[in-house]
Amino acid sequence: MSEMKVYLDNNATTRVAPEALEEMMPFLTDVYGNPSSMHDFGTPVSESLALARSRVAGLLGAEKDSEIIFTSCATESDNTAIFSAVQAYPDRREIITSAVEHPAILQPCAYLEERGYTVHRVPVNSRGQLDLDFYRSKLSDRVALVSIMWANNETGTVFPVPELARMAREKGILFHTDAVQAVGKLPISLKDTCIDMLSFSGHKLHAPKGVGALYVRFGTRFRNFMRGGHQERGRRAGTENSASIAALGRVCRMAEEYLASGGADETARLRDRLEQGILSRVTHAFVTGDARNRTPNTSNIAFEYVEGEGILLKLNHEGIAASSGSACTSGSLEPSHVMMAMKVPFTAAHGTIRFSLSRYTTQEEIDYVVEKVPRIIADLRAMSPYWKQVAEGAPAFNPDFKGTLGA
Amino acid sequence: MWDYSDKVKDYFFNPRNAKEVKDANATGDVGSITCGDALRLQLRVNPETEVIEDAGFQTFGCGSAIASSSALTEMIIGKTLDEAAKVTNKDIADYLDGLPPEKMHCSVMGREALDAAIANYRGITPEENHIESPLICKCFGIDEAKIVREVTENNLSTLQDVINYTKAGGACGSCHEKIEKILDGIKKGEYAGKYVTTDMEAVRKAAEEKSCSHDHAREMGAAGGAHPPKEASAADDAPARPFFMRPEPKKPDAGRKNATGPNPDHLLWKPISDLFDEIRPGLNGDGGDIELVHVDFTRIDVRLTGQCQGCMMEDMTLSFIADLIEERLGLKTVINNLNNPMSGEFDHE
Repeated sequence: MSEMKVYLDNNATTRVAPEALEEMMPFLTDVYGNPSSMHDFGTPVSESLALARSRVAGLLGAEKDSEIIFTSCATESDNTAIFSAVQAYPDRREIITSAVEHPAILQPCAYLEERGYTVHRVPVNSRGQLDLDFYRSKLSDRVALVSIMWANNETGTVFPVPELARMAREKGILFHTDAVQAVGKLPISLKDTCIDMLSFSGHKLHAPKGVGALYVRFGTRFRNFMRGGHQERGRRAGTENSASIAALGRVCRMAEEYLASGGADETARLRDRLEQGILSRVTHAFVTGDARNRTPNTSNIAFEYVEGEGILLKLNHEGIAASSGSACTSGSLEPSHVMMAMKVPFTAAHGTIRFSLSRYTTQEEIDYVVEKVPRIIADLRAMSPYWKQVAEGAPAFNPDFKGTLGA
Repeated sequence: MWDYSDKVKDYFFNPRNAKEVKDANATGDVGSITCGDALRLQLRVNPETEVIEDAGFQTFGCGSAIASSSALTEMIIGKTLDEAAKVTNKDIADYLDGLPPEKMHCSVMGREALDAAIANYRGITPEENHIESPLICKCFGIDEAKIVREVTENNLSTLQDVINYTKAGGACGSCHEKIEKILDGIKKGEYAGKYVTTDMEAVRKAAEEKSCSHDHAREMGAAGGAHPPKEASAADDAPARPFFMRPEPKKPDAGRKNATGPNPDHLLWKPISDLFDEIRPGLNGDGGDIELVHVDFTRIDVRLTGQCQGCMMEDMTLSFIADLIEERLGLKTVINNLNNPMSGEFDHE
């Protein structure tokens, strides 16, 4: 096993920022009161929640702090948004979403579909871009909610969410976005958009797991998902996870500083260095998704004629953590639905590897990965019955699904 | 991450016999790139003693697929064909100190490649070795015979077991009820004796019947072993032929009831024909060709010939063509390769 450890799976989860840990410690020790209590034990906790709420609102560019509801995770936020919309507009029996959403959206939609809702899933092209004509054609007063992710978790492809929200608003349709991969990586100013609801979670931006938030625009019809106490102005019952919420507030402030100081550009520079380093040393590999329009930290590379799990095992052996859209790694038997939706050919769909960086990623780490990957791919290809055919003269499969950097 | 045994990890990180066997006289190919795993097993069998003197594998697949292939070669070297034929997928898994349940199909793939290699050595074509039975899982092309065989041999009792061992039902899920019905049927004894003649017995019997005609081929040893004559001529010259042969295709149009002839007057004939002209140089470059046989609005019959036929890239070629037709003509079609009775599923949904 390698001494060097390189964590490039930040779209799955991130390390907790030391500052976030510092921020939450008092609430795990001395400041343990219930924020709803009237006594001195509760007051500082309640004040801390207010601070965190304003910090989250600040990062999202929300008009009012009260538009932020704390939840346990983005999955809860997504479920809340979807079930709120269908309950608030019971006469509307259609939902529009995309084919490449996270399961936290796809599964609730499938659940509603089984119960008589019509779900329109906007397809994507080979670069992962949404079919806007299809989207436009489905907007009608029968639609209760549009829910389309801001950025895709596997490829990083960014969707034109403000524009999609504007189109929905013109038809009087609620618009929700799962922005788990976008918050903290892209500048967001919700008050300047028509987005009605937005979900994200803390652990993707260096807060601990188990805390998330749902933005609900002031004046939006809302129905509870969690029922019980009056917390979060009666919109989300359950005693607040005060320590993690404090951490969430802190990391949102840090993310604002990161974006303002050009941190995202630096992350993108390292990502591009990684990508170009690998692609210049490994043939029959290409970037999936919309290479020009991605979150700055994500690179999804498809390696043809090898299978992703083998790559991950060998990367792990070298101390490198990444993830794959391959069937074998997930326990499912099919490649990821995102790769299938983009019609990435099967020669490559089983061999897609996602590298996702964070603000803590260093150039030394990137160079180490660039050094290790070509050997790993070559070793696995040497074992692949398909590779020889290719290596000995058959031309590369070369359709237009390649991202621009992959050429 | 999967909870792989140390032995699986060892056989993955330090694979044994990951190689081409240059003077192989038996080859077993199973799987496909579409399904996510594929294995070519090559054996050098001593024609006098039928002892497996050398074995090598090439595998496209996950860690446990590579480890299973690797273990298999080690297990069978030094055994006679008859001894090797007794190796079960469970033996392979046990040899590796077990596989995660979801990965048992990797050991099944190993045993299938072994069966195929032995059949190949004995001059049995995949068709002769294959028992006809209804197709159950369309996504992975798994038929009833295979399910019954794995359920019986491995004592499987649940749908999830069947998915883990055969992959059947592991994608769209529309065959789950059929699989459950088969499981019920097996419990009730409805399948007793059906499909489980153990393939290898059938293989041996067929081999005896054919032995006269194939003695010659077997003596050829390094020059191509028991490959059917069509392959044998090029077996020693890997780059000159498709690297990974599918089961020998049946005669053109065989088994395809609804095949119809050319209809150049059809509205779509010319545009599709032009499209084929456009991609033909690429196919010719790979030593292949495509012929348009029949078009209608939902299905296009073609014949892939030369290297494209039976080539491992066939799936890919067909889905590429389907995509191209959709892109250029805005038409969702099924491309049906008449030279492969298994094709016809490529509507790229």
